[in-house]
Amino acid sequence: MGEDVQAYNGGGWIATKLEWLINWGRKRSPWPLPYGTACCGIEMMCALASGYDMARFGAERPSFSPRQADVLIEAGTITLKMVPILKRIYEQMAAPKWVIAMGACACSGGVFRTYSTLQGIDKVIPVDVYIPGCPPRPEALLQALGMLIKKIEKSHPILHKRYSDFLVGY
Amino acid sequence: MDLRERVEKCLGPEGLMVAMTECRGDLSVEVPKTRLLDVMHLLKDTPDLEFDFLSDVLGVDNLAFYEKQKPKKKPEGEDTEAKKEKGPSPPRFEVIYLLLSLKRTERLQVKIRVAEDDMEVDSVTSIWKAANWPEREAFDMFGLRFKGHPNLKRLLMWDEFPAYPLRKDYPLEGRGEERHLVYGE
Repeated sequence: MGEDVQAYNGGGWIATKLEWLINWGRKRSPWPLPYGTACCGIEMMCALASGYDMARFGAERPSFSPRQADVLIEAGTITLKMVPILKRIYEQMAAPKWVIAMGACACSGGVFRTYSTLQGIDKVIPVDVYIPGCPPRPEALLQALGMLIKKIEKSHPILHKRYSDFLVGY
Repeated sequence: MDLRERVEKCLGPEGLMVAMTECRGDLSVEVPKTRLLDVMHLLKDTPDLEFDFLSDVLGVDNLAFYEKQKPKKKPEGEDTEAKKEKGPSPPRFEVIYLLLSLKRTERLQVKIRVAEDDMEVDSVTSIWKAANWPEREAFDMFGLRFKGHPNLKRLLMWDEFPAYPLRKDYPLEGRGEERHLVYGE
């Protein structure tokens, strides 16, 4: 975050307001990149479909291209064979970007404590919100999106990343 | 004539049968490894058998079984001597072929035993093309080399993976292998 708004770097009341404006725009349109690799993917589809309608919270358009997505919803088991692909997709996403680790497998490897499974995606990419459950209900994904929106609200996109990291949560 | 008699009639005279067992209606026949292709051709082409469909090819590791069967438990320090007097290595692995006759709706297991120091097995891809991926999987998981396979490389693990993970002496949690991919070149 922050790299994309570097032209204005001053202080004062305008900065605060601009920050608010940017966060307002971002929190209203967290376009998800669905990365469903296991049964959590089914719950994610359910959350995106009309019954739960994740579009209510701005996750309007599941973006199947990482270039146009803001939130990577990693739903499911990641095998070690797939790690480079996950990393690459994360790197292809344009900033600002966030990651939701959905389900026990994405958080910690789940029941698959084996030679072939990555023990939590936070070993390879940064994660903003974790959702426990095997698989979690769609409500849990909606709650995670709500928490992510709150996190976006509190972020400081204009400040240099060096400072804004300290301020997240204030 | 039931299937058992027909298989015996087909393979028996040629001396192609090591053992035959039946478990809950499933017939299983063990054949010599060196004559595998002959057996498979016979089973496929003999008119009253016609096993024209290969369901799966499986590998089995009987490591614990053979370790239990070792003649004596050697105390520590005698390892080197024991190695010297060891004869031919026991047939640690098995390869099981699950055959199905679509015309007769009958099933048959064909089993061969593979010793650890001679992991080469004839590929049956020349008879059933369906053997391609199952044989690759058995190669990937157990290190069985299928001679004559058109594309024998790993199916599930990545190419550089250094072990055969379904062998019983491989730890479940792995040995800390990580996949590094260099891209952007």
